[in-house]
Amino acid sequence: MTALIEIKDLHARAEGKEILHGINLTIQPGEVHAIMGPNGSGKSTLSQVLAGRDSFEVTKGQVLYQGKDLLDMSPEQRACEGLFLAFQYPVEIPGVNNTYFLKAALNAIRKHRGEDELDAMDFLKIVREKVKLVELDEDLMNRPVNEGFSGGEKKRNEIFQMAVLALKIVSSGVNSLRNDERSILVITHYQRLLDYIVPDHVHVLFDGKIVRSGDKELAMKLEEEGYGWLETKAS
Amino acid sequence: MSTKDSIERFRTEFLEARSERQSDEPGWLTLVRTQALERFLDKGFPTPRDEEWRFTNVAPIVSGSFEAAPAGSDSDAAALKKRFQIGEQESHDLVFVNGRWSRDLSSVGDLPEGVAVTSLTDALSEHGDELQPILSQGSGDDTAFFDLNEAFLSDGAFVSVPKGVVVERPIHLIFLSLAPGKPTVVHPRNVVIGEAGSQVRILETYAGVGDAVYWTNAVTQVLAADNAVVDHYKLQRESASAFHVASLEYVQGRSASVSNHSLSLGARLARHDIRAELAGEGADVTLNGLYVVKGKQHVDHHTVIDHQVAHCTSRELYKGVLDDASSGVFNGRVIVRQDAQKTDSQQSNKNLLLSNEALVNTNPQLEINADDVKCAHGATIGQLDAEALFYLRSRGIAQQEAQRILTEGFMADVSDRIRLAAVRETLRGLLFREAA
Repeated sequence: MTALIEIKDLHARAEGKEILHGINLTIQPGEVHAIMGPNGSGKSTLSQVLAGRDSFEVTKGQVLYQGKDLLDMSPEQRACEGLFLAFQYPVEIPGVNNTYFLKAALNAIRKHRGEDELDAMDFLKIVREKVKLVELDEDLMNRPVNEGFSGGEKKRNEIFQMAVLALKIVSSGVNSLRNDERSILVITHYQRLLDYIVPDHVHVLFDGKIVRSGDKELAMKLEEEGYGWLETKAS
Repeated sequence: MSTKDSIERFRTEFLEARSERQSDEPGWLTLVRTQALERFLDKGFPTPRDEEWRFTNVAPIVSGSFEAAPAGSDSDAAALKKRFQIGEQESHDLVFVNGRWSRDLSSVGDLPEGVAVTSLTDALSEHGDELQPILSQGSGDDTAFFDLNEAFLSDGAFVSVPKGVVVERPIHLIFLSLAPGKPTVVHPRNVVIGEAGSQVRILETYAGVGDAVYWTNAVTQVLAADNAVVDHYKLQRESASAFHVASLEYVQGRSASVSNHSLSLGARLARHDIRAELAGEGADVTLNGLYVVKGKQHVDHHTVIDHQVAHCTSRELYKGVLDDASSGVFNGRVIVRQDAQKTDSQQSNKNLLLSNEALVNTNPQLEINADDVKCAHGATIGQLDAEALFYLRSRGIAQQEAQRILTEGFMADVSDRIRLAAVRETLRGLLFREAA
């Protein structure tokens, strides 16, 4: 079986400073992984590199997505191939209607898959269904993207977009949309992760490297003891 | 050609034009023309040394040897008219081809009792008494271009709405320029009179095609008497090599309400001087604008809102999108006179630069001479938000499409305020197509 995502010896830097010092991680279809780590460990760099932010430079290693070179793809290609990045603090976009934006995104992805673009009616049907699923206030669909949304509404809007757009993999953020095809990578500082989702695999990121991997027991240990015990071991 | 020669040649042309003009022109108009010519010859064209023209160099107009435009063929114009008609909604259309009123292409249709929608030259005989004071008053601050228009004014629209009458359908004034193969000029002059309590919606379209080189030098004067409502749009879609210089003036009576949208997309060089005089208490004016330029286009809006009396309101929002090596100017003056207590004024100019070479000069100015007023103004110049762009792309939207969506979003608060649906849709179609 081809792994959904395979990160091999990934090194990356920003503004001349190396932040990731060789990450290795393999995710199989249907698996839920969590990467946890203290501030400055490289969590956000890793998620930005996976999403395709060009402010980070990959200096070594590779990322394979369904066997293809992920780092060679533009952000929009990655999204069209099924990678979805849920932002922790999504940007507000005044003047751009939420429905209009989502329809443009879904049709771009459908076009990439060789499917017909959806008309307004079919699109509305999907919106109605998914809005209910993630309990998003439908009025938010008629507002500019994220503008004036509360923190909770913004997060919910991300999950809602994921429900509409994403097929295979999700990185960062919290959700309840687990299924056999969809893999989820949660990248978080938040230690009370288990309240929301139970990961199959938990990895601890520290100083740009995965220093420990385990199952949900590891997450529980982090929840109880924090990251302090890792620091003493690492040094 | 020296500047002196380029000005003196207007005297020769003036004399030629006078001998060709119909002899039934009223004597007062001939006098007005002559005085305007003298004013023009006296001051000459503005240069970048003039404060109001610092960033807009009209040298290509001065040296352009523009000749009076010949009559255009109606069949060419008919095809062109189709392109620039708006929407499904029926309008009262008045069409001008190369500055001349086209009876055949115009379709004014049924109007409410007493409403006049006709050519200015036709109106001179019947409405001479109304027109004489308007055409004789000169401009608030006469520019050389205003004077030239007055000296050479060929034709234009005359719209008059009697007391209390509401004109439901929009009146569309379409000015078409056909490419004659050499540089030509037209001087359209429009007069709109909204009597007390009347309501009217007017759209001016200026259009040409392809790379035709011509110069439109237009003046529009609008009187909105007490309680009159004027909803006014101008869609500037001149050819990519054209020059468009235009003055627009509003004089508003008590509680008169005027709204203007200046939508400037075309022309190599476009200069709009817009002036609103709030002369009656309780009057309100909205001046909104959208300029979208690329290539080497240059667009300049100079607006003046003159709060002369108390209790008036003004709202101004101009947005610009500049790509490639285009340039733009916004100069917005709000004057609050000594008697204009309780003035409520807001002005904002926002610019989006889509390239590193694009340039904009913005200068909002407040001149307050009263002490009990509420005035706010501001200006911004920025680029597309990189975070927003990445956000859209991370959802599968290609870069170019993401830029288009964000640009459209930037313009939304101006375009959404266009009340005339046909204009809103036309604009959206134009911008959409241009960006695609």
